[in-house]
Amino acid sequence: MTPLIRTENLVTNFYTYEGVVRALNGVSLVVDHGTTFGLVGESGCGKSVAVRSMMRIIQEPGRVEGGRVVAFFDPRDKRRGIDLLQQSEAYMEHLRGDQISMIFQEPNAALNPIMSIGDQVAESFLFHKKKEMAAAVLAAMDRENGRPPWPLGAFQRALYARTAVSPRDPLVALTGRLPLVRRWQMRLRREALRRSVEIIGKLGIPNPEAVARLYPHNLSGGMKQRIVIAIALACSPLLLIADEATSNLDVTIQAQILDLLRHLKETEIASILLITHDLGVVAETCDRVGVMYAGNLCEVANVTDLFNAPRHPYTRALLEAVPRLHQDGPLRSIEGAVPNLVNPPAGCRFHPRCPEARAICRKHFPETVHLGGDHSVACYLYTDRPRGEGAA
Amino acid sequence: MDNTHPRLRELKYTLYRIFRNPSAIIGFTLLVFFIGVAVLAPVLAPPKYAHNPYQMPHKGFSPTPKPPSEKAIFGTTSGQYDIYYGVVWGTRTAFKIGLFVVVISGLFGVGLGAVSGYYGGWLDEALMRVTDIMWAIPTLVLAMAIVVAFGRGLDKVMIALALIQWRWYVRVIRSEILTLRDQDFVQAARVMGVSDFKIIRRHILPNAIYPVLIMASMDMGSMVITASFMSFVGLGSPKGYADWGQMVALARNYIVGPPDDPLRFWYTIAIPGACIILFVLAWNLIGDALRDAFDPKLRRR
Amino acid sequence: MSTLLQLRGLQKHYPVRGGVFRHQVASVKALDGIDLDIHRGECLGLVGESGCGKTTTGKAIIRLHRPTGGKIIYHRGNGGAPVDIAGLPASALKRERIRGRLQMVFQDPTTSLNPRMLVKNIIAEPLREQSSMGSRELETRILELLSMVGLTKDHYLRYPHEFSGGQRQRIAVARAIATHPEFLVLDEPTSALDVSVQAQILNLLHTLREKLELTYLFVTHHLLVVKYISNRLAVMYLGKVVEIASTAVLFNRARHPYTHALLSGIPIPDTGRRSRRILLQGDVPSPLNPPTGCRFHTRCPFVIDRCRAEEPVLKTFSDGHRVACHRRDEMERLVRDRFGR
Ligand SMILES: Nc1ncnc2c1ncn2[C@@H]1O[C@H](COP(=O)(O)OP(=O)(O)OP(=O)(O)O)[C@@H](O)[C@H]1O
Ligand SMILES: Nc1ncnc2c1ncn2[C@@H]1O[C@H](COP(=O)(O)OP(=O)(O)OP(=O)(O)O)[C@@H](O)[C@H]1O
Ligand code: SF4
Ligand code: SF4
Ligand SMILES: [Mg+2]
Ligand SMILES: [Mg+2]
Repeated sequence: MTPLIRTENLVTNFYTYEGVVRALNGVSLVVDHGTTFGLVGESGCGKSVAVRSMMRIIQEPGRVEGGRVVAFFDPRDKRRGIDLLQQSEAYMEHLRGDQISMIFQEPNAALNPIMSIGDQVAESFLFHKKKEMAAAVLAAMDRENGRPPWPLGAFQRALYARTAVSPRDPLVALTGRLPLVRRWQMRLRREALRRSVEIIGKLGIPNPEAVARLYPHNLSGGMKQRIVIAIALACSPLLLIADEATSNLDVTIQAQILDLLRHLKETEIASILLITHDLGVVAETCDRVGVMYAGNLCEVANVTDLFNAPRHPYTRALLEAVPRLHQDGPLRSIEGAVPNLVNPPAGCRFHPRCPEARAICRKHFPETVHLGGDHSVACYLYTDRPRGEGAA
Repeated sequence: MDNTHPRLRELKYTLYRIFRNPSAIIGFTLLVFFIGVAVLAPVLAPPKYAHNPYQMPHKGFSPTPKPPSEKAIFGTTSGQYDIYYGVVWGTRTAFKIGLFVVVISGLFGVGLGAVSGYYGGWLDEALMRVTDIMWAIPTLVLAMAIVVAFGRGLDKVMIALALIQWRWYVRVIRSEILTLRDQDFVQAARVMGVSDFKIIRRHILPNAIYPVLIMASMDMGSMVITASFMSFVGLGSPKGYADWGQMVALARNYIVGPPDDPLRFWYTIAIPGACIILFVLAWNLIGDALRDAFDPKLRRR
Repeated sequence: MSTLLQLRGLQKHYPVRGGVFRHQVASVKALDGIDLDIHRGECLGLVGESGCGKTTTGKAIIRLHRPTGGKIIYHRGNGGAPVDIAGLPASALKRERIRGRLQMVFQDPTTSLNPRMLVKNIIAEPLREQSSMGSRELETRILELLSMVGLTKDHYLRYPHEFSGGQRQRIAVARAIATHPEFLVLDEPTSALDVSVQAQILNLLHTLREKLELTYLFVTHHLLVVKYISNRLAVMYLGKVVEIASTAVLFNRARHPYTHALLSGIPIPDTGRRSRRILLQGDVPSPLNPPTGCRFHTRCPFVIDRCRAEEPVLKTFSDGHRVACHRRDEMERLVRDRFGR
C-alpha cells in the first residue's frame, strides 16, 4: 500500500466565547492510494473538522495548532511527501481543486441557482482542464481540413497553442476577457460542455444533454448530489472527500449514490475519504475505517476486521448499539452522552462511559498500538503506555 | 452546577451577556442619569407654579436670550424662559412621550399582530391590507395630518404617533409568529389541548418578544425626536412648555448669532439639543446591546 | 387483538395558493386515501421516502390537523362506542377526553420543547390541561414521570438547553405519556440523536410500551430501526399505503416492488455476503401531480400497461398481508428472476 495522504498528530482548537473547543486531539490517519477510507463517529466528534484541517479550510475561530498533513501526490516524491500545513495559501487553492475534491452534505450550497447545470460543470472543466482541452481543440482544428479564413483563424490557433502550453498565460487571460475578442474561446467552451455532458451521463443520469440545460431547482436532491459529484470529478482528483454526501438523501436515492461511489472507485478516482455516521454506509463502501470519538481516533482497521473483531470498547459498544438486519435480543445502549469538547474528560475521553475503564484511563491518553493486520487501536486494554507528546 | 434557581441563573446570564457589551454600559449609565433627573425634577428645579410644573418660569419677556449666569445657570432662552428648568422638566416630558407612544402602540401592535399572525385567514389579510396602505404614507406626513385634524398640542402629538407606530410592531411580531407557529413545541402544545390563547401567551409571545423589546428601546428615542420635530414646526407643545423640542423651537431665531459673533447664543440650542441627542443615544445603545445579547445564533449550546 | 384505530380513505390535501387574490391554484395531495388498521398494543412502523406523507398521517390521526376527507374511527379503551374523530372540533376532542389519550413525540427534541420553559412546567402542561391536580399531587406525578423515563429529581428545575439530546427526548417522552395516553405517534424519535443514544431511547420506548400498554405508530425512514421495534410495517409511497404486513413477513416475503427496492437499499452494518441492489431510476414524483394509475409506475421495474391506466387497490392475503400492486402474485418470482434476491 502506498500512502496518499497522512496526518500526524493533528490538533485543532476552536477559540469560542464558551471556551476552547478541543475538536481534534492528535489525530493520525493514513489514506492509501486506491482505497476508500471511512471516517465514522457520532455527531460532533470532529470528523468534519479533521478533513477541513487537512484541507486547511477551518472556519474562524478555529486553528490548526499542531501536527502535520503529509501528501504524497507526486510519485517521484514518494518518501518525503509535502507537509500541507507548511504550504502557501496559493498552493493549497491550486491543490483543492486539482488533486483533492470535496463534496458536502448539502448539494444546494455547492450549486449556483442561476447557472445551468451544464455551464456549472463546464466551468469546473475550464478551470482545471484548460490546458488539456486546448490541446484537444488544437488537434481537432488540425484534423479539420478546410483552412479557416486568414487573420482570425491564425489568431485563434495561436491562442489555443499558447493555452495548451500555459493556460495561465497573461495574453490568454487578457484576450479571454476582452469583449468580442474573447469569442475565440467558443470552441474551448464547446469542448468543456461536451465533456460535461459526457461526465453527467457517466454518473447515471438519463438524457444528459437535456439535464445540462436545466437549472438546479429543476432537479431533485439525488440528481443535484450527482451534479456536485460531477463537478468534483471534473478535475480527475487523486482524492475525493465526501462529507456526509448521502446523509440527507432517501434510502433509494442513497443507494444510487453509494453505488455510484463504488463504481467510481473502481474506474475513476484513486481514493475516497468518506465521512459518515452511518455504519451501514461504511460497511458497504469502505476498505478501511477509522472510528472517532470526541476528537480522537480510537481505532483504525480494515472494514471486515472492524466489523468482525472490533477491539476498542467504544467501537464494540457502537456496533452493539446499532440495529442489525438479523438482530436478536435487545440493543445494548451506551450509557451517558457524548462529552462536551470545551471541557472534555481527562485521559481517555471515553472513560466515563467505558465499561472497562481503569485508573490510568482517567489520567492519561493511551498510546496507539498496532495489533498487526493493519489494525491500530488507542486503548489501555492493549498497552500500558500513555501517549507521548501532544497528549491531553 | 450551582444550586440557584434556574430562572435566577438565566437572568444572571442574560444580564451578563447584555453588560459584556460596552455600549450597554454607556447606554444604561445615560439612562440612569436621565431617570434620576426625571425623578428628582421637583428637587433639582422646584416648580414655580405648583399646579402646572411643566410651565417654564420666565422673568421678563425680552426676546433676546441671556447667557448662563448666577441666576440661570444654563442661561435663558428667547422669552426669558429658564433653560435649566426647561431641560430638567423636559426630561420628564421626554419619558412621557416615549413611554406613552411605545406602550400604547406596542400593546396594540403586538396584540393585533399576534392574533392575526397566529390565526391567519381573512383577518390577517384584511389587517395586512390596512397596514400596507399605512406604509405607503410617510410617517411625518401622516403624523402631521392627524395632528392638524385633532388640533395642536403635545397630547395630540403623542396620540398621533401611537396611531402610526403600531404598524411597526404588527409587522415585527407577525413575522416572528409566522415562524414560531409551525414550530414543534407549539404543535406539541396543541396536541396537549392547550387553548389558543394560552399557546400565544405561554409559548409564542415569550419567544417572539425580543425583537419587540429591541424595537421598543429604539423607539423610545426616535419618538422623542419626532415629537421634538413636531414641536419645532409648531404642532406640538405650547410655548413655554418644558419640552426639549419646544425649547429648540424657541431658539429657532437664535441658532446663528449676530455676524460678528455667530456662536453667541449657543446655549439656547446646544443644551436642549444635546439632551435630545443623548437621550436618543442612550436608547439606541441599549437597543443595540439587547440585539447582540438576544441574538439566537450566539446562544450557548 | 382488538382494533384501536381504523383509518378509512383518509385524505389530506394542502391548498397551494397563488395569484393576486391568493386563491387555490392546486393542491398537494399529501395523503390520498389511506386505509389502515392499528391494533391495540402493537407498534406499527410507517416507512417511506421523504415527502410521502408519513408525518402527515401521524398528525392526522392524533388530529393535530384536520384531514380533508375520510374517517378515523377510534375504539376507546374504556369500552365506549367507537367514534369518528376525523371531523370532531378541538373543543369536542377535549370534552370527550380524547385529547389526552392520543399523543405524539416529535423528531427533534431541540425544537419540540419550549426553550423558555422549565422542565417542570413542560411536563406539567398536559397535566394541567387534562386534569385538575393540586400542586403537591402534580409534583409527585412529574417526579414519577421523570423516573419512568430515566431522569431524576435533579432535572426537575432545569431548562431544556441544559440537557443533552437524548435527555431532551426523554423529557419529550415524559410529556407525551403524562396524560395516560393509549396511542403515541413517534415521528422519527431517534433520527436527531447520536447513534449511541438512539439505542437508549429505543429501549426506553420499548419498555414503556409494555409497562403502560401503549400502542405506537412509529414513523421513520430508517428501516433497521423500525425492524427492531415494530411488529407490523406499513410502507407508504406518495400519499398511499402500498403494503402492510408483519415485520418478519415484510422483510422476508415482500410483494410490492417498492418495498423490495427499499429493503435492498438499506446500508447494512455488516460485512459479508451482500445481495444485489434494486436500483430505482429517477426520483419520487411530486405529490402536486401524482402519476395516474399506479403511482409507482414511473419508477417500477416491472411496470405493465395495466399499471398506467388502473390504480391497484390494497388486497389482502390470507395472513393479513396487504399489497396494492397488479402483479402482487408473481412479484416474488419476478424479483428473483430479475435481481436474484
Ligand atoms: N466553527 C466552529 N466554532 C466552534 N466550534 C466548532 C466549529 N466547528 C466545529 N466546532 C466544534 O468541533 C467539534 C467537531 O465538529 P465537527 O463538525 O467536526 O463534527 P462532526 O463529527 O463532523 O459532526 P457531524 O456528524 O454533526 O457533522 C464539535 O464539538 C463542534 O462543536
Ligand atoms: N403545511 C403544509 N403545507 C403544504 N404542504 C405540506 C405541508 N406539510 C406537508 N406538506 C407536503 O405534504 C407532503 C407530505 O409531507 P410529510 O411531512 O407528511 O412527509 P414525510 O413522509 O413525513 O417526509 P419526511 O420523511 O421528509 O419527514 C410533502 O410533499 C410536503 O411537501
Ligand atoms: S483507554 Fe480505558 S477508558 Fe478508554 S476505551 Fe480503553 S479501557 Fe476504556
Ligand atoms: S402496479 Fe404495476 S407499476 Fe405499480 S407496483 Fe405493481 S407492477 Fe409496479
Ligand atoms: Mg460534519
Ligand atoms: Mg416527516
